[in-house]
Amino acid sequence: MAITPPSERLWWKEPIHKVELIWVIVAFLWGVAMFFTMIWWHGFGQQNMSNEAYRIQPYQFAEKVDAMIAAHTVRQEGAFPVVKPPPGGDVYLMGRVYMWWPMIELEKGQTYRLHLSSIDLQHGFSLQPLNINIQVHPGYESVMTITPTSSGEFGIVCNEYCGLGHHTMTGRIYVVERT
Amino acid sequence: MTTTNGFRICPTTGLKVHGAAESLIKANAVVAVVFLLIGGLFGLSIALTRWPAVHLLPADWFYLALTAHGLDVLLVWIIFFEMAVLYFASAVLLNCRLAAPRWAWAQFGLMLVGAVMVNVAVLQGNSSVMFTSYPPLQASPWFYLGLILFAVGALIGCAVFFGTLVVAKDEKTYQGSVPLVTFGAVTAAIIAVFTLASGAIILIPTWLWSVGLVSNIDPLMYKLVWWGMGHSSQQINVSAHVAVWYAIGAMVLGAKPISEKVSRTAFLLYILFLQLASAHHLLVEPGVSSSWKIFNTSYAMYLAVLGSMIHGLTVPGSIEAAQRAKGFNKGMFEWLRKAPWGNPAFAGMFMSLVMFGFLGGISGVVMGTEQINLIMHNTLYVPGHFHATVVAGTTLAFMAITYLLVPLIFRRHVMFPKVAKLQPYVFAIGIAGISLFMMGAGTLGVPRRHWDITFADALTTFQFSPAAFLMLALNGLSAILAALGGAMYIVVVVASVFFGRRIGDTEKVQLGPATGTQAAAAVASYGSAGTLRIPGTVMLVGVFFVSFVLYYFVNWKYLAELWPLR
Repeated sequence: MAITPPSERLWWKEPIHKVELIWVIVAFLWGVAMFFTMIWWHGFGQQNMSNEAYRIQPYQFAEKVDAMIAAHTVRQEGAFPVVKPPPGGDVYLMGRVYMWWPMIELEKGQTYRLHLSSIDLQHGFSLQPLNINIQVHPGYESVMTITPTSSGEFGIVCNEYCGLGHHTMTGRIYVVERT
Repeated sequence: MTTTNGFRICPTTGLKVHGAAESLIKANAVVAVVFLLIGGLFGLSIALTRWPAVHLLPADWFYLALTAHGLDVLLVWIIFFEMAVLYFASAVLLNCRLAAPRWAWAQFGLMLVGAVMVNVAVLQGNSSVMFTSYPPLQASPWFYLGLILFAVGALIGCAVFFGTLVVAKDEKTYQGSVPLVTFGAVTAAIIAVFTLASGAIILIPTWLWSVGLVSNIDPLMYKLVWWGMGHSSQQINVSAHVAVWYAIGAMVLGAKPISEKVSRTAFLLYILFLQLASAHHLLVEPGVSSSWKIFNTSYAMYLAVLGSMIHGLTVPGSIEAAQRAKGFNKGMFEWLRKAPWGNPAFAGMFMSLVMFGFLGGISGVVMGTEQINLIMHNTLYVPGHFHATVVAGTTLAFMAITYLLVPLIFRRHVMFPKVAKLQPYVFAIGIAGISLFMMGAGTLGVPRRHWDITFADALTTFQFSPAAFLMLALNGLSAILAALGGAMYIVVVVASVFFGRRIGDTEKVQLGPATGTQAAAAVASYGSAGTLRIPGTVMLVGVFFVSFVLYYFVNWKYLAELWPLR
């Protein structure tokens, strides 16, 4: 029994039951298949995390955001400037307590380089209702290439706890048809 | 009772039980249950706050309760109970005295002081930093110090466990190799040492940072090392509850492992590969390369998952073999239909096994796939997954074995047997609901650790789908059911331990249809590979495998619908 020492002293020499052996092999091969699926997706899939990231001081990132706002703001929405960077260009989105700054407007089908960072605590970039979730760290700037393929109004929620106002931390991305 | 040199002979199992070991098992188990009660109440209040129609707690209390819930149930309840399991699997199962009982009491004292310190720090309101306490978010120094004391205590407990193994070997208290259950406990203890060392490496500097002696803690480095504790400690739980599954199978049904070699190799895979799990929390993080993520998140080609999948066959397989040997041979499932479903130890154990595999295991692998994590990271899917592993898996298994520990160690009859009989079902249905509905909400994008998904106070708003709100309401209802199951457990256990009818010194207890070591004789001894038939288990495992493969590829399909991203 499992609560007594093995009845066979040389238990490591017991033959393995066929059912067990087959299951071990099947389970192992399934693991190998799942492992290579991840690698395969890097070559053939469209959704992969970028490996591009830089160390950055929070104030340096804030300066880049300000420069983008100064150059490309198209309108104001409440407290938020709405920024429309040129297609193919750089988009800077900053997490801070408690907002995603600024609002962004993108064109459908165009490709952008999205830069994400935080100037205070860790935040969770969560683009809804698409459900794209990326962790944002202070001191690290992550850069990825995105191509919006659907248009409309998308909410950005924070899904990393960042203090008592965490649930009020939101932002917005608009995707408009190509003009 | 024959008491010699602090030992008594258990009339049911014939094992020699050391008095000091018995007292320590009792003390650790009792404190564990107290913290289960506290943590469980916090948990219920969280689920009732998430339910938009109820929205019980204000925001600051919600985040406080969330921090305390994670600490009290994930850490305090489980690790205290694991200390009891370690002492049981070493001193009791090996007929041995407990090494260094005074050190074992130091374990108990330090862990208790640490647990109380953390709770007080959290309740003071300035340490609502969540279980994970990610910097730059900072808690009070007492929060980190409490965790450090708790970890040091647990480390001492592991040392006492290893010491007891040495004593048992030295004094030749058993023949041959240690029992499989003890082997599983060894696995848990080895992983625990790795885990607690990771905790010390990160929590000591973080504590110094909180008192102002260290200027900066890198948030990414913190996550990498902290999850060496945070996730690997869940692997202690897996090893411990798998050992508990085997123990209950053996004690209630006289089940014998199909093959010692395979089951032990599966435990060995845990030791070798489970430590890589820190990566599960860094899959959408900047500054970590894809090749690192793929190797680590898959435990080097899913070798630790392989270990769990092996136990998924061998645990029910050993039960089927034992039942068939007793004559339940009709068709594919007579052995399962006629299993002792009225025995809460067996019922809890089997539901723990099924839910850990189907809900916790599959969701864990899918969520831990490098790219798929993008559609799940930090959503409610994450707590949905780990409630299936840690609550449906570990907590339910620990509850189940309590029904055996009460008569064997506390030597009391279980009171309110009708309540005890229903308890695992009520708890299991509640937890299954909690897990499934949180996973459902997470699939719809609902964030975890979030007080208000209506964004009533936010500058801009976003409207989640009505289905998400429905999921949260169902989650609240399930939590009420689970809390009821938890309350039934606590009432039965506390009443039995303090007021249950005492079991006489020579009185044998009936743990299940076949109990005690004599039952082993009823089971065909392994080696006669040809006579062992387990078609029912093969069918169950087949259903599991097909569900796994389908669910895995469905999620790749979901991922493929996102905006292209690289």
